[in-house]
Amino acid sequence: MPGAPPKPEELVQISYDPPRADWRKTRFDFQKGTYCYSAAAKNLRYLDLPNPRDWQPYEADWKLPPNWKEIILKGMKERLEKFRSFRLFMDICVRCGACADKCHFFLGSADPKNMPVLRAELIRSVYRRYFTLAGRIFRGLAGARDLTEDVLKEWFYYFYQCTECRRCSVFCPFGIDTAEITIMVRELLNLVGVNTNWVLEPAANCFRTGNHLGIQPHTFKDSIDFAVDEIEEITGVRVEAPINKKGAEILFIVPSADYFAVPHYYTLLGYLMLFHEIGLDYTFSAYASEGGNFGFFSSHEMMKRLNAKIYAEAKRLGVKWILGGECGHMWRVIHQYMDTLNGPADFLEEPVSPITGTRFANARSTKMVHICEFTSDLIYNRKLKLDPSRNDHWKVTFHDSCNPARGMGLLEEPRYIIRNVANHFYEMPENTIREQTFCCGSGAGLGTDENIDMRLRGGLPRANAAKYVRDKYGVNLLTCICAIDKATLPTALEYWTPGVEVGGIHELVANALVMKGEKERITDVRGEPLQLGKEATVNA
Amino acid sequence: MNALTSFILILVVTGLAFAGGEISSCRVLLDVVLPYAAMAAFLVGLVYRVLKWASSPVPFNIPTTCGQQKSLSWIKSSWIESAHTKLGVAVRMAIEILLFRSLFRNSRAQIRQEGPRLLYSENKWLWLGALAFHWSMLVIVLRHLRFFVEPVPRFILAMDAVDGFFQISAPQLLVTDVVIIVALLFLLQRRLTDPKVRYISLFSDYLALFLLLGIAISGVLMRYFFKVDLEAVKQLAIGLVTFSPIVPASIGALFFVHLTLVSFLLAYLPFSKLVHMGGIFLSPTRNLPNDSRMVRHVNPWNYPVKVHTYQEWEEEFHDKIKAAGLPLERE
Ligand code: HEM
Ligand code: SF4
Ligand code: SF4
Repeated sequence: MPGAPPKPEELVQISYDPPRADWRKTRFDFQKGTYCYSAAAKNLRYLDLPNPRDWQPYEADWKLPPNWKEIILKGMKERLEKFRSFRLFMDICVRCGACADKCHFFLGSADPKNMPVLRAELIRSVYRRYFTLAGRIFRGLAGARDLTEDVLKEWFYYFYQCTECRRCSVFCPFGIDTAEITIMVRELLNLVGVNTNWVLEPAANCFRTGNHLGIQPHTFKDSIDFAVDEIEEITGVRVEAPINKKGAEILFIVPSADYFAVPHYYTLLGYLMLFHEIGLDYTFSAYASEGGNFGFFSSHEMMKRLNAKIYAEAKRLGVKWILGGECGHMWRVIHQYMDTLNGPADFLEEPVSPITGTRFANARSTKMVHICEFTSDLIYNRKLKLDPSRNDHWKVTFHDSCNPARGMGLLEEPRYIIRNVANHFYEMPENTIREQTFCCGSGAGLGTDENIDMRLRGGLPRANAAKYVRDKYGVNLLTCICAIDKATLPTALEYWTPGVEVGGIHELVANALVMKGEKERITDVRGEPLQLGKEATVNA
Repeated sequence: MNALTSFILILVVTGLAFAGGEISSCRVLLDVVLPYAAMAAFLVGLVYRVLKWASSPVPFNIPTTCGQQKSLSWIKSSWIESAHTKLGVAVRMAIEILLFRSLFRNSRAQIRQEGPRLLYSENKWLWLGALAFHWSMLVIVLRHLRFFVEPVPRFILAMDAVDGFFQISAPQLLVTDVVIIVALLFLLQRRLTDPKVRYISLFSDYLALFLLLGIAISGVLMRYFFKVDLEAVKQLAIGLVTFSPIVPASIGALFFVHLTLVSFLLAYLPFSKLVHMGGIFLSPTRNLPNDSRMVRHVNPWNYPVKVHTYQEWEEEFHDKIKAAGLPLERE
């Protein structure tokens, strides 16, 4: 285990002005706290991935296959031919630098190679050398360089310091998306067995058991049952939570952290209470018990292999459509990839809310609806009895998770819900929310303990914006709709902005939802005493 | 270092052109062979580049959404920044190409160690400089059509009238001439003095700027200071486009410099970052509609993959599923 990270004052001794040097000649070392450990051989074997072996990034010998260079160049060629994005983004950057100070890792580390443009140049220089005329002839003068083992190590280091958040692509005049380039480079690295355990262990688990945490069916059932008991304790209402129920109308998919980690768990309570209250005919699946997709952080193929379970299970169970819980990259995959990868979902029906009759025409092909779309429609149609004063102990802000914001455009739905379930809602500054939102700093498979220094650096811009509303309005809860946010932002906020907790939107729903036959609530779903004695404002 | 080498390269080319213009036997080379060769390289190179991009498919629908998606009827969707219709995408692209929308978002970040605090400030200079340069460039290129067609099209005359609204010199001072040079100098200055941009700049980044500056300056010198024989220029230009080139006696050494640098630019453009012109139209994060849950996007090379089926899963965990009381397909 790494030692304690340095103090915040030490971590911010940085300057955004790089030295005057040729970046192709600067070196880095694998400093503790700034990289992830290698993937265990057993996980590679389980997933049939090449070159399983024992190695670590800090070792000199990475035990690459002898023809590794050939493999990488062949892989590059193949991907240039398969992805217009990749080829185009290799060619059209004008190095204007507009993206430079938009990346949270650059803002937190000031390492010039964390400027998105330079991150991309790490591979663009190799592209020029082997795939362009000018680069082949003029070499260095054309910005080209040879592919060497050092370059490969540099790729590993810096493309695992990108959370695929797409913030840079919002600012680039050509829409160059460094996330897309990171996806390609990680695919290439996987071809020679260079990968991290924090990505591949969840992927292997998910492949085998159905979820990242490797939770087996009986344990899955136990934890859902546990939540049911807990809800009874808090509300006096006994809810049902069906699993693998054939013929249910709706299949409900959540990220596995929702039923195994805190504070995700409070959001799970919210879903269960809500579904009970509206009498939804739904089912969980123990086989497709993961919405998140760590395959996405490894390769397009692995993403497809894991994602396939969702449609397969919807078909087996004979549901009409699919509802998805609060998760970030899960929703990028579902919104922009699932239908293409594993569709068409012609065995499902266009989603219609059984409670309000609303047709979700925006999901008519993929047939999967986001829980925030679903719940905001319920609230808009006044189907819920809500008492927002039961969230009065929270001064709430909302952190747009990268993927729902920039890979989907889900911006208003969560805000609409918050405004209806809580009385005190404050936005963080304009350029840190919505499409300009800052990443938690731990997405795309970087949220592991050994990477803590880098995560804290990456979390600085988000935490700093939270600090602004904490100091100005007394905000004490940052809500979000992403499982990785919920897992990693508590650490970043505790470090940079103590006093701000992290929670989900449906946790607030859980508190505010007035259920039929419930007993008087004395605590919120966390077990914290409510601020009582205030008059309830009820929306119904 | 990169800046200096590229500057020297442009000086050398300029010098050669200057000298060549003085030697009559070189004139054929500079006036006829070079422009044709450059034009050929430009056309072939550009077509090759665009075909190359177009030959790679777009397997996934990956727009970067910069606004509210189209979802529930009562939520106002951002029909341009998160366009879900063809019209919306067309408008989004037009705003990107004509007004550099994304660059307009640009801001500047600073860190204050005490706190610590991150500060962001407006930073529209790059946007302004880029827009000024590109628009002047467009106007100037269009204006050059006057040399190639007879009679001169109306819109060009109209354009010049607007451009020359500062009637302070004879020949009229054209605003775009000033703007393009100022804008290029600003972009160059930025590259040299902003430590971040300097760090990422390559030889070719400076080369492009010096080349364009060389063209603009030689053009301006010809127009306002060292007049060249415009009739002869027109003869040459029309000869070139009608494929019956004539080599005029003498046009003036500056003209050879100008023509040589333009030829250099044409030939260089398709093989450098200057192809961003063509690329922006094809950029998948901008030119695709945010409709991926409404309409299925087809990946032409989608292939079957190894998955872990329900049956395999049930087999492995059979007893545990049973013990938990969950339904089974096979008892
Ligand atoms: C559809 C047409 C075009 C569009 C939309 C476009 C857009 C842009 C944008 C947004 C930038 C970044 C801002 C900047 O660095 O100035 C840029 C840079 C640049 N463009 Fe264009 N451009 C186009 C055509 C051209 C053409 C035809 C040329 C000239 C041959 C050109 C030359 C340049 C140069 C030299 C730069 C880099 C400036 C620098 O180094 O700072 N562009 N372009
Ligand atoms: S903003 Fe786009 S064009 Fe400019 S340097 Fe970054 S990636 Fe390149
Ligand atoms: S995608 Fe996000 S993390 Fe990656 S380079 Fe761009 S801004 Fe940085």
